[in-house]
Amino acid sequence: MSYIPTTDEQQQKMLADIGAGSIDELFADIPESVKLKNKLNIPGAMSEMELAAHMRELAGKNINLDEFTCFLGAGAYDHYIPSVVTNLLSRQEFYTAYTPYQPEISQGTLQAIFEYQTMICSLTGMDVSNASLYDGATALAEAASMACEATRRNEVIAIRSIHPESREVVSTYTKFKGMTLKECGIKNGVADLNSLKEMINGNTAAVLVQSPNFFGAIENIKEIAEIAHENKSLLVVSCDPISLALLKAPGDIGADIVVGEGQVLGNPVGFGGPYLGFMAAKKEFTRRMPGRIVGETVDRSGKRGYVLTLQTREQHIRREKATSNICSNQALNALAATIYLSVMGKKGLKKAAELSLRKAHYAYKKLMETGLFSPAFDSPFFKEFLLIYHGDVEKLNEHLLERKIIGGLSTDKYYPEFRGGYLVAVTEKRTKEDIDRLVSEVISAC
Amino acid sequence: MLKKEENLIFELSVPGRSTNLLPECDVDETEISEMIPLSFLREGEIDLPELGEVDVVRHFTHLSQKNYGVDSGFYPLGSCTMKYNPKINEEVSKLDGFMKVHPYQPEKTVQGCLELLYKTDKFLSEITGMDRFSLQPAAGAHGEMAGLMIIKAYHEHNGDYKRTKIIVPDSAHGTNPASAAAVGFNVVEVKSNDRGGIDIDALKDLMDDEIAGLMLTNPNTLGLFDENIDIIAQIVHEAGGLLYYDGANANAIIGISRPGDMGFDVVHLNLHKTFSTPHGGGGPGSGPVGVKRQLVPFLPKPVVEYDNGRYYFDNDRPLSIGKIKSFYGNFLVVVKAYAYILSLGAEGLKKVSEAAVLNANYIKEKLKKYFHLPYDRTCMHEVVFSGQWQKEYGVSTLDIAKRLLDFGYHPPTIYFPLIVREAFMVEPTETESKETLDEFINTMIEIANEAEKETEKLHNAPLNTPVQRLDEAKAARSPVLKYERR
Repeated sequence: MSYIPTTDEQQQKMLADIGAGSIDELFADIPESVKLKNKLNIPGAMSEMELAAHMRELAGKNINLDEFTCFLGAGAYDHYIPSVVTNLLSRQEFYTAYTPYQPEISQGTLQAIFEYQTMICSLTGMDVSNASLYDGATALAEAASMACEATRRNEVIAIRSIHPESREVVSTYTKFKGMTLKECGIKNGVADLNSLKEMINGNTAAVLVQSPNFFGAIENIKEIAEIAHENKSLLVVSCDPISLALLKAPGDIGADIVVGEGQVLGNPVGFGGPYLGFMAAKKEFTRRMPGRIVGETVDRSGKRGYVLTLQTREQHIRREKATSNICSNQALNALAATIYLSVMGKKGLKKAAELSLRKAHYAYKKLMETGLFSPAFDSPFFKEFLLIYHGDVEKLNEHLLERKIIGGLSTDKYYPEFRGGYLVAVTEKRTKEDIDRLVSEVISAC
Repeated sequence: MLKKEENLIFELSVPGRSTNLLPECDVDETEISEMIPLSFLREGEIDLPELGEVDVVRHFTHLSQKNYGVDSGFYPLGSCTMKYNPKINEEVSKLDGFMKVHPYQPEKTVQGCLELLYKTDKFLSEITGMDRFSLQPAAGAHGEMAGLMIIKAYHEHNGDYKRTKIIVPDSAHGTNPASAAAVGFNVVEVKSNDRGGIDIDALKDLMDDEIAGLMLTNPNTLGLFDENIDIIAQIVHEAGGLLYYDGANANAIIGISRPGDMGFDVVHLNLHKTFSTPHGGGGPGSGPVGVKRQLVPFLPKPVVEYDNGRYYFDNDRPLSIGKIKSFYGNFLVVVKAYAYILSLGAEGLKKVSEAAVLNANYIKEKLKKYFHLPYDRTCMHEVVFSGQWQKEYGVSTLDIAKRLLDFGYHPPTIYFPLIVREAFMVEPTETESKETLDEFINTMIEIANEAEKETEKLHNAPLNTPVQRLDEAKAARSPVLKYERR
């Protein structure tokens, strides 16, 4: 295949106009010593028809969530994606555009981001939101650096119930920035407040907490905020935006910066990406935020319009003094989130949250009734819960897989302290029948 | 484009209106407060709009009509490589077997995804002359960050803790110094010579045992290939530093020259530039980072390995810098780049760079009589002009850019690189036809004439767009960053 429209004849004409004898002459500045002598060892070229067949074959080697019933969550969730989201995202004016540097011809992207920022603020109870970051984990890492800059302190405390991958990402970022990362233990599946009180000190820039946490359990944000604020540390909360249709907004119970994984808002699980990280903060941290921010203004005729703003924080102006090296946001994923929240609306989002909550509790109850599990703890949970399986988790999942069910996640690798830990997620997409089938297959596995 | 003002989605909201997308509850309708204590529950409702499906569809369709994409027309935005994004790549990335796969599924159920990641790594390694790639970075700047972490980890592993400085040319993208600072390096700037390349003497003066490495874009942001690359590599390596290749301009050299053969130790590529994945209005991108053999142990983990007919994740990598993102990167973006590489093959990829370079030189030669060309030599895939002749008539490069909007073009990158006064950087890419280039050239000549004779037209531009020039100072001075109900 080729996507080059100029013909050989046209290329010859263009070379003649330039005054060059051949295309090779145009590469004369590249020293012979570094020119590639052979052809690249790359297969192809495939016709569109061959490519389509090849890609279908490759995709066919994976099992997908339409064919199998999924009870895996752990940071990527199989929520329903309204048809409107997929349809509108495929408009080329959105997906083939660049970052909106020329606002006069980018009002579509800019207004959508402004609406996105408003919705994120409204869900999280915060004053300002940026235009999105790479994912929930990097948003948490960026929030940690932001807190260090804002407090002029150098240490952050992460609760052990935060997603292990997020903690790993925070650990990588902090290590290279010369910040200290400490881990606060858990009790009954949530932050151990006594241990937090003991650990927190004059160097603590922020406490990082996730709620609902990796186990699906809801943290006591309010009490953690009190501990953090008493020490003049900031509280960074990472949350599931769908849960916020039911739970108190973190901003209303003491959070200073709120981040989270926005995948659940209309983005497919897609083998881990692309997703979007959202970030919102109290007004006083506006100018410390990383990434793009859109603001409202007027044009020369007084008409309302939107622009990228507060750019003096950013790398293309401030270079090494920028608040972060972030250049792009995840605009198309943020647009998916905006369309999702618009079409679900006030009632729809609440319904998705309530259905997930009720079905997860139904699954919990039914699985416990099998007598094959014990609870890991009894903290309240949202759409995901940790059980201790009495048998071999790997064998259980193998048995389920043969019956077209993708079972929960074995957590032993991340939390050896819960031996046999089995993390089960239930979204609104799982029917009672799906859950009953899971339960009966779990029984038949033993 | 749609000129009529579109209300904010919140202003369209009608109390009580809703969609009905989800089924009724089929399990026990337990009281919520029996599952979650009241103290955790939100009082009152969330503030989201109440709309019907058609309201939402019209609203976002109207917004799309206020946007300009590559499919809308010519997009010669320098350094951004706004090439055409093939539709087949969009289609295959939406296959259920890619889109509806959970990242924690058992390895044996995701062999297709792993094979795709593994082979993309091999392709990118071959294209750049490196030994191994990680596809984890989500964007170019993220790839830079990962690459610089690898450089730091490598020196520290060798017990070399003194190397705290990164050299960046004065022509570099802003992300280079920002990424270096983000991983705790101090930034040292090296100036350019009068041919637009690195000033070799200045570089020599900067080298000492505190230099961790040099970041270089080649061709650089002036669109010029640094002919001294051999010497530069030698100077940096002899002083114990490493060479970092910013792949922003890789569209000029695919199949022609490889960073690995130029002496670079670390490379990042932008799949959303060189490998035609769409920019999405500012993301998602993908910025894979590739390294030479001695740096492979430091790559982000996991990496995909192949053994005995089976692909698997290798997490057992004690020297790895760690994870820099959840899961494995922007997988669905990688799918599109993989499809692009296969559709072109070796010959096709080389032709991409040849046509990209030819198109840029064609524009350069046709316009250099009308706009000042600060470096009059053969350029690579992009050309940097200066609007300084037009400035004499009181017309700025910004005015020229805004006037282009009226003619239906996306303007070039403006005021970058910083070392050229009134700069504008034109990158046509290989996917534009001679007819498109000729039309653009004629338009630019017309604008050059207007600059001389009808300056008002440029000062008032644009007039044919959904909004006119916006007051950016007002936006920054008194920020309105969300909708407040009035």
